[in-house]
Formats: sequence, structure tokens, C-alpha cells
Amino acid sequence: MIPSPFEYVRVSTVDEAVAALAEHGEDAKILAGGHSLLPIMKLRLAVPSVLIDISGVPELSYVRVEGDEVAIGATTRHHELEKSEVAQAEVPLLPHVASRVGDPQVRHKGTLGGTVAHCDPASDLPTALLALGATVVVQGPSGRRSIPITEFFLGFFETAMEEGELVVELRVPRTGSAGWAYEKFTRRENDWPIVAAAAVHLPDGSTGVALANMGGVVLRASAVEAALAEGKSIEEAAELATEGTSPSSDMHADAEYRSHLARLLTRRALKVAAGETEASTAESTAA
Amino acid sequence: MSILGTRVVRTEDPLFLTRGAVYTDDLTDERLTGALHATFVRSDVAHGTVTSVDASAAREAPGVVAVYTAEDLGDLQPVPPPLPFLDAGFSRPWLVPVGGRVHFVGDLVAVVLTEERYQGEDAAEQVVVDIDPLPAVVTTKAAATDEVVLFPEVGTNKVAAFGEPAPEDFFADCEVVVRREIVNQRVAAAPLETRAASAAWGEDGRVTIWCTNQGAQQAKGQIAGWLGLDPALVHLITPDVGGGFGAKIGADQEYAFVAWLAQQVGRPVRWSESRSENMTGMLQGRAQDQVVTIGGSRDGKVTAYSLEVTQDCGAYPRIGTVLPTLTMLMAAAVYDIPKVHAQATCYATNGTSIGAYRGAGRPEATAAVERAMDLFAAEIGMDPAEVRRINFIPTFTEPVQTASGATYDSGDYEAALDRVLEAAGYAELRAEQARRRERGDVRQLGIGVSAYVEITGADSGHGTSENAELEVHPDGTATVLTGTSPHGQGHATTWAMLASEQLGIPVEKITVLHGDTDRIPDGGGTMGSRSLQQGGAAVHQAAVELVEVARKRAAELLEANPDDLEVDLANAGLSVKGTPGVGVTWAQLAADEQLIVQTTFTANAPTFPFGAHVAVVMTDVESGKAVVTRLVTVDDAGTIINPLLAEGQRHGGIAQGVGQALLEEILYDEDGNPQTSTFADYPFVSATELPSFELVEMATPTPMNPLGAKGIGEAGTIGSTPAVQSAVVDSVAHLGVRHVDMPATSMRVWRAIREAQNSGAQKGSTN
Repeated sequence: MIPSPFEYVRVSTVDEAVAALAEHGEDAKILAGGHSLLPIMKLRLAVPSVLIDISGVPELSYVRVEGDEVAIGATTRHHELEKSEVAQAEVPLLPHVASRVGDPQVRHKGTLGGTVAHCDPASDLPTALLALGATVVVQGPSGRRSIPITEFFLGFFETAMEEGELVVELRVPRTGSAGWAYEKFTRRENDWPIVAAAAVHLPDGSTGVALANMGGVVLRASAVEAALAEGKSIEEAAELATEGTSPSSDMHADAEYRSHLARLLTRRALKVAAGETEASTAESTAA
Repeated sequence: MSILGTRVVRTEDPLFLTRGAVYTDDLTDERLTGALHATFVRSDVAHGTVTSVDASAAREAPGVVAVYTAEDLGDLQPVPPPLPFLDAGFSRPWLVPVGGRVHFVGDLVAVVLTEERYQGEDAAEQVVVDIDPLPAVVTTKAAATDEVVLFPEVGTNKVAAFGEPAPEDFFADCEVVVRREIVNQRVAAAPLETRAASAAWGEDGRVTIWCTNQGAQQAKGQIAGWLGLDPALVHLITPDVGGGFGAKIGADQEYAFVAWLAQQVGRPVRWSESRSENMTGMLQGRAQDQVVTIGGSRDGKVTAYSLEVTQDCGAYPRIGTVLPTLTMLMAAAVYDIPKVHAQATCYATNGTSIGAYRGAGRPEATAAVERAMDLFAAEIGMDPAEVRRINFIPTFTEPVQTASGATYDSGDYEAALDRVLEAAGYAELRAEQARRRERGDVRQLGIGVSAYVEITGADSGHGTSENAELEVHPDGTATVLTGTSPHGQGHATTWAMLASEQLGIPVEKITVLHGDTDRIPDGGGTMGSRSLQQGGAAVHQAAVELVEVARKRAAELLEANPDDLEVDLANAGLSVKGTPGVGVTWAQLAADEQLIVQTTFTANAPTFPFGAHVAVVMTDVESGKAVVTRLVTVDDAGTIINPLLAEGQRHGGIAQGVGQALLEEILYDEDGNPQTSTFADYPFVSATELPSFELVEMATPTPMNPLGAKGIGEAGTIGSTPAVQSAVVDSVAHLGVRHVDMPATSMRVWRAIREAQNSGAQKGSTN
């Protein structure tokens, strides 16, 4: 449970981080909260030779309104997002989902940009960002560019970022008081989701739906969204939740059960977002 | 007023909760200055033949002082199995040699000694081990076929067998017979403090070993035996211990290895394992496949019960091999069943070795018979609480012999059930359940009832005896030495209370010491819920004897008749009856001459605490997820010395039992690779999954010791596991489900509902 030897570089600006990435090449990894990277380094599943620590870059930590969007700095901690009054008012799905990530320690250390860059198919916040149709802003040697989140998650721990780039910002639409829901299904409250479904009514009148842990990456439930756009009922649309998914079978759930959960959680999330039922949080289950 | 029975706050907690206790890995003893760090290289194959071990690169790695492979072990002999009746062919090598077989993921192949700990992990990666895999034996069913034999020199995977098959006509006179296969799954002890050991040899030729364990004296004996050392040369010290749950009983081979390595290199050596290493290397628990058959009449009377156990012993059979005999002994539990049959067969598999785990054989008995009672109740359409009531052993105050051969000391099982049902509001719960079923709610209520009796203070290698030494010092303080071995239980508080009660010396002036074999050469450790009823009783006896010693001395001093003197609790001494405050204090007596007593207390026999639990769950029938909403328990452990600590034992036990019922299971893939070797994968229960417990009081004293105390450490686990499992089954019983194996995960429950409904639909279509 001790990582392989590595060099540690602490930077205080994005430019320094980009320069350090350029200097150390593909053996370097960005360290922010460390709650995804460090465990796999301790298990020696990841052996980066250089860690570039951006957790102390002040310009990357913010939540603010910019036009029709909310802009969130990449090193914003889950806890900061959870407690952000701007986020609560403008895009309440995100602070709620932030409050459901891991345990208090994870939420106080983990960062939004980190969980997006890590690209774990079972991650909560990337699922919410996908449902929201967020934009990922990355910065590299050739400057900044924006990538639609639907094109960002490519595969298992694989993103659309080029070598030398890091996530600097997430931009999401201001959904305000429109309906939203996050149905997270876990063994224990602090666990990764076995499956999760996010649903949110978007400013353009559409409904965004995304699923966690139903394939190698977090997935947009496009068939569900299309069915809703065609005026299908929530029940009918939710039945399509497994289209385009490739759920794995592991000790927590087999593919058949995951598919069942995807349909069930999608239906529940859509109903909660539509104001038809209450969210099935752990508390309401216990009541 | 006596201090006994009061809620004295744990004296050890300020340290534990602030700067922390000193665990083995925290030691800064000067004898460990310059210690090397041991890192074990373990097999990552469950079953196979080692074809080569190349340590040459590792020997050149930074910080490496030595690398040992099987070639470097000299005349160190393999460790024989710990039970005399086991075939010596099951012996475990210190390091598996080239040409030898590895038997589980975690088997030892090499060990690296480095200056710094981190260097050990780097160097261990450079030891190249080639293993030619053999088919792995992962289940007892596969083991029983002997198609793959783990130890060719033994010739079979069968390790032991206890009991005989039931006669063919055993259930012939029963109106109703129900039979069911039940899994009591393999679980991890997972103490927060993983295994650790340090060793240093002195110039006097003696070795001091610090290691985390549940009984220093037993661990010392084992280590000396394995290394062929004169026990007099071994000084074993148990620092603070962060949990054991049975898996730290005795020593592990790694502990002895550390001592041997220290001798070889002539420097102290330390070892502390990682969590992943712990999850494959430390003894695990339960791992029984059971078949229950229960028969009786439609009016609810059970007349015959059979329990067949198949025990998975893991790779190298250890104490887990004999735990099924406790399961057999307690098979009929709280029930008066005319015919009881129990037998067990034990097999070696390519898994981690099985040992004691909170309850150790008794929870398996209770889980089986409680499931059987529920199945029987469902079959005859009777309320499960009522079926239990009909079949209880009637209230008794004199020892009673059971059909399985146990002698229960005292019990009132029906009263325990009555109390818990009343506290739970059983009738109203059933009414609420009926309403939810009527409405077809998504969230359905389940109620699980369990009744249990267990054996505590049984002979676990030290008879039913424990010793204590009590000394009062001239400054008025006192020291208690005990052969028990607290690892979270709070003996420092309770043992001080027992001494204080007799002497009047305040608890904060009494120090309790344990776990040092030079100071306390004899002791039975802490296991099997024995500590208070034997170790605590010994402290009580020591205090009573010390009073008598002091009375004689005081009589001379005060020129009084010893019979006229009484303990003056308020002034911590003795005075002439009726004149408190004018006698002599313990401190004064100790100043004149050492005031010390050593004594051994022997209990008449083991004790049998009992109780009843009600668990309430809310199950989402669409997803299958069950959430525990209430746990109401009666855990009668006889006289309670400190209710605060007893409740803590119940809390922990209940929680751990819920963990087994709902969450925990050690899993292997078909090649024997562990699937649950981190805390991300292995879900021990946490506060977020538990309601506040509703503890109901009941205390039936035992005649087996002067305190009237029975064991409390394991009871909660024994009662809560079947109660929660039953509650989950009950929550979906109206959908046709009769049984869900543990852990009752949401997927299992969902699938059970679906299968029940499919088979119900088929029945409907054929009728």
C-alpha cells in the first residue's frame, strides 16, 4: 500500500501546470484531490513517475454565473460545490449530487475537474454533468479549448484530452428551478453506485438523462431522451434506458440486474424531476 | 452503594480518543532502534506448483539487507496443523519452495528485509516468482469430489468429520417436514488494526516479541514451539490492540517469522501488513454450507431436527476445523426438540484459512435453526413467534441437559421473547405489514424474530480458569495483572471496578495490566466471551483475598480481633466495626509490608447467555433493497457489571451481525482469486446502514461464578444475523419468497421475488 517512487511538483498557476506537463510528458499525472488517483497508486495499478499538484492553484476554484451558464473551476471541491449558493440557485442538481459522493473526507478533498478527468464509469458528478450537457474546458500547450461533455468520455478511464492538457473548468446551463433528480443505487450510503440515473429539465425544453455504471463510461440515455421528446410517457421512455448500454457483471450486480436498475432508476428519476413523486433517498426509504 | 452495575465511563478512552493508543506498529521502544522492515512476497495464484523464485534483482534493490526464499530457511520445520488429530500433511511451509505447492492467494514465497518500509514494497515487486497453476478448489462441493487434491500426501481434501448420518426414519413420524440448503458465508474479521509484529533479541539470548493478538501467553507458546525455542527465552508483549474478533487468537506464522528473521540478521525486525494483505492473509470466519431438515406436526410442535454442516477450512486447516463441533453442540439452541441430529464434514479449499469469528460456531447453529423454524412456520401457516413459543425449553433455574449434549446453566427463553415482542410492538408491526401488503406498496415491511442461546466461557485451551494478581502500593494506588487480553472490551475499567468494589480504592487509582508474558506468565486471553466471567471473577476473588490478608495484618496493628474489623470503603482501608475513619488504610498496610495477592479462579462450568431479537426492515420490492429500520433486542448476560460497556458490546455485536446478514461476503473467482481484498469491495457495515438500537434489559444471573455474569461479547452477533435475514425474507414472503441466502443483497432479493413469481405464475397456469 505504498506507491512506486514518483517525483512531486507543486504548481500555483495553470500556466505552470501546463509547462510542467509539457516538461514531463506522458509519465506525468495531475494531482488534485487525490481520492481517485492515490488509491490506485497505492495498489500500484497506476505508476506515474511525476505528480503535478494543482490543488493549490487559486484561479481554478470558483463557482460563478457567466451569461446563460454556471462556470465551475476544476479544483472546486465537492463540498464547496455542495455548499455553493450560486450552484444551489442556478443548477441545484449539481450540489445535490456532490452531497452524495463518497463520505465527508472524499467530499472535502475530491475535485470536480478531477472526477471528470479520471473518467470512472461509476462516478456521480460526471453523470450529472452529462445529463446537464456540460462543456469541459481544457487547457494545454496550444491554449484553451472547449469540448462538449458528450464527446469527452471516450472509454474506460479514457477522455478526449490530448497529451499535455488538463481540465480547467466545467460549464453547465442554468436550469434554475426546473425539475431534476438523481437516483443513486448503492449497497451502502458511502459506496460507488451500482447504477445511478440523473434526469434534469433543460432550458431548451428537453430532458437530459444520464446513467452511471452501465458501461465503460458514464452514458447519456439518448433513447430515453428521444422518446420523451416524441411525447412518450415516462414509463414508456424509461423502458428504453438500457439501449446503447453495455453493463458489466461483477460481484455487486450482474448485467441483467443492472439493466433492471437502469430502467427502474430512470423511471424514478424522471418522475421525481416531473414532480410526480418524492426522491427515494436513503432517508425516505427508512421512513 | 456499590460501584458495580453503574455506568462508569471507560478509563481507557481519553487516550484512545485523543493522541491514540500505542499499537504494535506505533512502538518506539529503544530495543527496536534500527529495526529492519519485513515485506512478504505472497503467491498471487491460489493453487499451483512453484517453478522458480528469482530474488537476484531484489537483492540489489535500494535498501535491501536480505531476501529469504525457501532455500535460505536452514532447519526451520514446517508448521504442523494446530490440532493434534489433523494429518501432518496439512503442515504449512514458512516459504513455499521451488517444486512445492502454493495453496491460496497470500501463501508465503519469499520475504524481503529493508532499511525502510517503502523500500520493501519496491524490492518485493522484483522477486520473480513463476507458478504453474493447478485447478483451484474454491467450494466445499468441489473439495468433496477429491478430483483435485490439495495435499497429495494426505490423499484427500477431507480434513475431519464429526457425528454420524441421521437414521433413515428420523422424520418418519412427522406430519410436516421441510428441508433447505443454507449458506453461512465466509466473512472477514477485518479489525481496524491489521496484523503486526516486531522482534528484538537481547544480549541475554532472549527474544522480545511485540505483536497484536488476543492472548499473549498462547501466542508465546505457539511461537516458541514453531521455532523450537525454549519458552523461557521468549518474552511476548501485547501492546494496545485495535480489534480482533477471534482472528487474533494465538499467533500467526508471520509473527514467528519476524522473530526468526531478527535472529538471522542480528537486528530487530518489524512487520505491519497492508489492508489488502490482511484481507487474504488473516484468518476468516463462518464458511459453512448447511442443510437443515425440520419436522413436526401442524399444530406447531417440532419433533425432529437435523443439521448437516459442511465446513470450508481454507487452505491450511486451523481452528476453524473444530468450530462445527460447537455448531453441533448448540444445534437445537433454545428449543426442546425430542430428536436432534447434527453432523459435520470439514474440507480444505484454496481459500484463506478459517478461524474463530465473533461467535465462532454458535452463530452458525442459531442461524440454521432460526431459518428452520421460520421455514417450518411458513409451511404450516403459523406466526413465527408462536412457533418458537410452542417449542421453547421451559424456564429453568437449575442446569438442564440438552439433546445435543450441552448443559445450560439458567434460562427463560419465553420471557426474553415476550419482552422483545412487547418492546417492538409486534402486533402493531404485523398490522402495519398487513396494510402495506393490502395496498401493494413498493416499500414492504418485514419483521424478523430470532431467539438464541450460546455457550460462553467454554474451554478454549485454558480450561475455565483465569488468574489475577492484585497489589496495593504504599501511595494508595493499586495494580491489577490479568491473564485476559482486552482489544477494545474495556477491561481496564471493569477490572478496576471489581477491585474498587471490595477495597474502596477509586477506579482512577487502579491500573490494569495485561499481555506481558514476563509479568503474567499464565493466562487464557480474551476469546469466547470468557473474560468477565473468568478473568473478572478472578479479580473479584483476588480483592476478596486481599481483604483477608489485610484484615489479619490490621488486626495486629490495631490490636483488634480480625472479626471485629470491616472494610472501610469510604477511607480505602479497614476499621473496627462502627468506627469508620479511625482504622488503617491499605496504603499504610502496604507501606509496612508488600500487600499483594495472586489467585486463580475456576468457574464451575461455561455459561449460556440467551436472548431474542426483533429486526424490522423496509424492502423496496422493485429494486430488492432492504433497509433495517429497527433492531430491538434482549441480550441476557446475567449480572451486568457496567451497563455502559455491556451496551457497547451489544452495539458492536448487533452491527456485525447485520453486516453478515445484509452485506459481507468474501468472494473468489473460479480460479481462487480473491474478489474482495479491499474495503472498496468488501462492505463491512457502517453507521449509515443502521438504525439506533432499542436495547431491552433482562438479567438472569448464572450460578457458575460469584459475579453471576455470563459472556456478552458475541451475543449480539448471534441474535441479529438471523433476525435481519428473517426480516428480509418476511418482507417479501407475501410474494412467494421462503428463503434468501446471506448476504441478502438487493440483487438476491430481487431475483428471489422474480423466481417466486415466475414459479407462482407457472403453478397458476397448470392448475
